[in-house]
Amino acid sequence: MDKGPHGHVERPSWSPYDNNGGTAVAVAGEDYCVIAADTRMSTGFSILTRDHTKLFKVSDKCVLASAGFQADAKTLQKTLDARHQQYQHKHNKEISCPAMAQLLSNTLYYKRFFPYYTFNLLGGLDNEGKGCVYTYDAIGSYERTGYSCQGSGQQLVMPVLDNQLKSASPLVLPAVSSATPLSEAEAMDLIKDTFASAGERDIYTGDAVEIIIINRKGIRKEVLPLKKD
Amino acid sequence: MLGPAPGPPAAHVPYAGESSVPGAAGHKFDVPVDGPAKHTNDPYVTGTSVLGIKYKDGVLIAADTLASYGSTIRYKSIERLHKVNDHTLLGASGEISDYQYISNLLEELATDDFNHDDGLQLNPKEIYAYLTRVLYNRRNKFDPLWNSLVIGGVKNGKSFLGVVGMIGAAYEDDHVATGFGNHLARPIFRSEHRPDMTEDEGVALLEKCLRVLYYRDKQSINKVQVAKVTEKGIEISRPYALASEWSYQAFVDPTKGAEGSW
Amino acid sequence: MFRNQYDTDVTTWSPAGRLHQIEYAMEAVKQGSAAIGLRSSTHVVLGTLLRAASELSSYQRKVFKIDDHMGIAIAGLNADGRVLSRYMRNECINHNFVFESPMPVGRLVTQVADKSQVSTQRASARPYGVGLLVAGYDESGPHLYNTDPSGNYFEYYAMAIGARSQAAKTYLERKFEGFKEASLDELVKHALFAVKESLQFLPCSPLAFGGRAYE
Repeated sequence: MDKGPHGHVERPSWSPYDNNGGTAVAVAGEDYCVIAADTRMSTGFSILTRDHTKLFKVSDKCVLASAGFQADAKTLQKTLDARHQQYQHKHNKEISCPAMAQLLSNTLYYKRFFPYYTFNLLGGLDNEGKGCVYTYDAIGSYERTGYSCQGSGQQLVMPVLDNQLKSASPLVLPAVSSATPLSEAEAMDLIKDTFASAGERDIYTGDAVEIIIINRKGIRKEVLPLKKD
Repeated sequence: MLGPAPGPPAAHVPYAGESSVPGAAGHKFDVPVDGPAKHTNDPYVTGTSVLGIKYKDGVLIAADTLASYGSTIRYKSIERLHKVNDHTLLGASGEISDYQYISNLLEELATDDFNHDDGLQLNPKEIYAYLTRVLYNRRNKFDPLWNSLVIGGVKNGKSFLGVVGMIGAAYEDDHVATGFGNHLARPIFRSEHRPDMTEDEGVALLEKCLRVLYYRDKQSINKVQVAKVTEKGIEISRPYALASEWSYQAFVDPTKGAEGSW
Repeated sequence: MFRNQYDTDVTTWSPAGRLHQIEYAMEAVKQGSAAIGLRSSTHVVLGTLLRAASELSSYQRKVFKIDDHMGIAIAGLNADGRVLSRYMRNECINHNFVFESPMPVGRLVTQVADKSQVSTQRASARPYGVGLLVAGYDESGPHLYNTDPSGNYFEYYAMAIGARSQAAKTYLERKFEGFKEASLDELVKHALFAVKESLQFLPCSPLAFGGRAYE
């Protein structure tokens, strides 16, 4: 084979990872949770598709959003789904969101030394019907919060959420509710704005945003088109 | 460049006893941090882009018939479109031997369906999901199948079109293209493709894109095949030549006015 | 049944061409309380007689969910039934993981039957002492299958297994021509009547009814 411009033999490169981009945002209120992710799937400077969902419905009360490497995200979703089916056979009920949060952490940490390159948010309602958001790193560290974001637009979105929502310290005593004080409609507006904004500057965020709203009435989805550039 | 973009972590973990200090015990000269190249990480005979579009009656998939050996035009009649079963079509780019291995896997699945004799056949989505697992599992072993696969089909009136990459990343769309096609054909698809195209319009669009690829992708030739999947079944064309036009001045005398470069 | 020299292990043929151990295992099915199944062109229904083992005990579960599109009713050794139901659940989960689609009912039944067959051909193995009625709905519509310890399996319009199932079968044979067009409610009603046929005394005190419909 030819010597390339870098002076050594050039071979087609291979990496077990890719970054397919994408941003996820979730906001929890006292009695609802809104979780959203854009639908663009990219590699490098190419868009692979404009319509790829990053949201995965685990149960009626629990939704997972995963940015990062699509193949790992897909495998993670399928693994959790299989575990959830086993859980249902064993316990005759759907898994709760806090229990799935722990299972997700364990599933990620199980691959600590060959990680899933995924950035996850888990949103839903807890056993008391209260909105919850769990935010993760790729190897399973996690925390329950009232709001969070993950993925390629994280650096753009997180300061905006902090500015608008400032959560109480989890160390404060007596404990303060982690849920945000926003109404469901206010949370929706905030999320739509964050995606419109992230889409302006982050090339990996755009095309459309899927928003799932979970409240005591049930679960529903909205889709908002974003700029395609 | 502003330095490396934030990207996925490097997969390499230094081997035990490996040293980064030149000359120190365990240091390997001339071997980059990602270790010696493995045979499987190094494709030999490869096919270039595969294109696929949905159209009015189903799915069309197209590819040329070249298998390159590095930059050598090595085999000019390798068919890269494969009928999986009555309603699923596979198009493969990348390492030809790996593609043939994948064809064998699918042949086994189809034979298994046939042997059950219950009239069931895997549908396009199932084939797609299966291949995604196969390629992803091989990447997990650091022994990838060096292919991008296009899976197209029609089942129960629904068209399916998807791509699986060599590390298991997969997506569906109304139009898809692997490799160079992602850069050259998809922009044309994005402006000209409609899911309600007729067969003639679809084939014309694919031929246009194959021609563009032939002009600009040095690993392509103008001997091509187009295949269609409809509710009625699969038809794969015989390889045929794509007309091309080389009488442009720039082709006749490429160095004119730009001596020393092109 | 008398002991004879051809029933000491499963792999020994009798001169009459029979495998006695397998036949004993099939007797175990007949000792379990009845399970019945029947199908229309849109639904399959399973029904079981849940009979308590003693005045003091509760009854055991005889209908198991396998997947969202499949369930089984068992007659015979309950413990063996749970083993097979776990196997079937796992197969469905694995199929779903690889192909992202529900397992075709007939394919899984074939696998279960093949698994049962293995223990009819090994001296070290004990045949399963349970019969299954497998109900499911897949791309080719509703299905009802019966498997037994021998590894035989058949597809049915309606079937009953277990203790006094002959009476239930007689009921089903008399009525099955009307099942095809029956509504879900009518099927359930027929299921209840068929189960009732398998009862020795009426009314029967510690009696409960367990059933499940698949569409």
